[in-house]
Amino acid sequence: MDYRGPKRVRAVQKPMPEIQHPQDAIVKVLRTCICGSDLHLYNGNVPDTRVGSTFGHEFVGEIVETGPDVTKVKVGDRVIIPFNIACGECHFCRQGMFGNCHESNTEASAVGGIYGYSHTAGGFNGGQAEYARVPYANVGPVIIPADMDLDDAVLLTDVVPTGYQAAEMAGIQTGDTVVVFGAGPIGIMAARCAWLFGAGRVIIIDQEDYRLEFARNYAYCEAYNFKEMNDPVVFIKKETDWMGADCVIDAVGAEAAGNTMQTITGRKLLLQAGSATALHWAINAVKKGGVVSIVGVYGPTDNLVPIGNAMNKGLTIRGNQTSVKRLLPRLIDHVQNGVLNPKGLITHRMPLEEVADGYRMFSAKLDNCIKTVLIPPTVTQ
Amino acid sequence: MKDNAVSNRIDPKTIKGWGIDADPENDPTYPMRKRMNVGEDPTPKRRPDSLQPVTEEVLKSIERPKVSAVFGTPAPPSGLSGVIRRQAFKYSENQYKHWLPLIMADRVDVVEGVVTDLFKGKLPNIWAEKGYDMEWKYNRTAFITKMAVIGAATAGLVMWLSSGSKKQKKNKPQTKDYLGRF
Repeated sequence: MDYRGPKRVRAVQKPMPEIQHPQDAIVKVLRTCICGSDLHLYNGNVPDTRVGSTFGHEFVGEIVETGPDVTKVKVGDRVIIPFNIACGECHFCRQGMFGNCHESNTEASAVGGIYGYSHTAGGFNGGQAEYARVPYANVGPVIIPADMDLDDAVLLTDVVPTGYQAAEMAGIQTGDTVVVFGAGPIGIMAARCAWLFGAGRVIIIDQEDYRLEFARNYAYCEAYNFKEMNDPVVFIKKETDWMGADCVIDAVGAEAAGNTMQTITGRKLLLQAGSATALHWAINAVKKGGVVSIVGVYGPTDNLVPIGNAMNKGLTIRGNQTSVKRLLPRLIDHVQNGVLNPKGLITHRMPLEEVADGYRMFSAKLDNCIKTVLIPPTVTQ
Repeated sequence: MKDNAVSNRIDPKTIKGWGIDADPENDPTYPMRKRMNVGEDPTPKRRPDSLQPVTEEVLKSIERPKVSAVFGTPAPPSGLSGVIRRQAFKYSENQYKHWLPLIMADRVDVVEGVVTDLFKGKLPNIWAEKGYDMEWKYNRTAFITKMAVIGAATAGLVMWLSSGSKKQKKNKPQTKDYLGRF
């Protein structure tokens, strides 16, 4: 995959990645996905997204080469590769904050290294490729259990842990009402995981009927279309005895629709770091003293949100890149025990060579697309 | 749907896995629960022993003292976009002077990418790169409408601009005559 500019990508042959650090490994990619946050790159909204970059932070693969200091995995191992690159030794990694590593991104200090996510996230090539370089191979990769489907495994690199952490950061207590803005793969998974924390009621809000229908069936939640409401915040207030939801999750981020001013200033003119409509609604829809959990991705500059309301309501606002490595043991158990069914999110499988079509289909929400998996030509299973 | 819509609620206890991760102590939750202040950390500046050698230009945020132990190497800064990027990295992530030039550099980079393609004798296949086959297959009517609108707007703009230049040409001899009298 080769980025050529906003909404332009193509499949090309590139040189094989090389070991550049003693803890590097090279993997042959077996499955890779297009993520909703890849669309921020695809649309040209993330600063320092250079032409010639390869995207893709959701991938699993087979180790084909290791650096001299790699001891935890070996050639032939099939591994889940967390989307964030973490050294395991810095001040943040040692607190379990593997999404905030301080030794994997030279170009920015706010975010750790992420595969295929612009030079603002470290300038690493991603996994929408036949082969990929995996730094810190002693830390990130986790062996795929023998009985696990590759389609389940690839969704454990980001979608499942991010949805789970969204619910976790919301601090859900038994019986809480949880509202999720955004019925993309992450929002749907967040809604599903909210039940694991004992939510009493889960409501998901989006504008795409097919996604709402999918969410209703997959995550057993109530699903509503905000285009059919006068005001989604008033709707949630009415649904919660005029108190507001206990917890609200923003699973949309910078591409949000629903507010013309936000759309024009955030998505068209780039005067903000994306459209903050979902976050705006989240702050206003949560109850006083409630929790807003943000996993939707925004750019690094500024956004217009009602911060005065957040202060007046005494809100707790949590957000973070997902600490995938921290969560994987528990989530692998949940998948193996049949509690979570990640591959149920996959609606489309395409050859990697058709990556441009895959991006267009996902971006334009064509053919009822929820989640697209790309399969490299070197993979036979 | 109205704002007082009746919801299709489900009994949560019938959902597989309901409450299995419920934890009354989960407050504050991640990332605060295992918080370790820098002052409590006996080795706050600990980093990996091995460092990736810097063999090509890597732009470094001025908010950190050193290049990170690993970094990506694709697409090092080059051309005019590279000049702009280098300038941007003189400022911190706290400043527009960092981010806005980077966005501008990205756009310049796109033009440089097309020029590079042409120099290599490759004409970018915009239709394929934009995945328009999918629009044609699944969204044809809206796609044709959108393209027609864009085409009409572009044609209108070109006509408007060319009529402006014709007017200028028409006025030009008069100016010449006027000047000629002196």
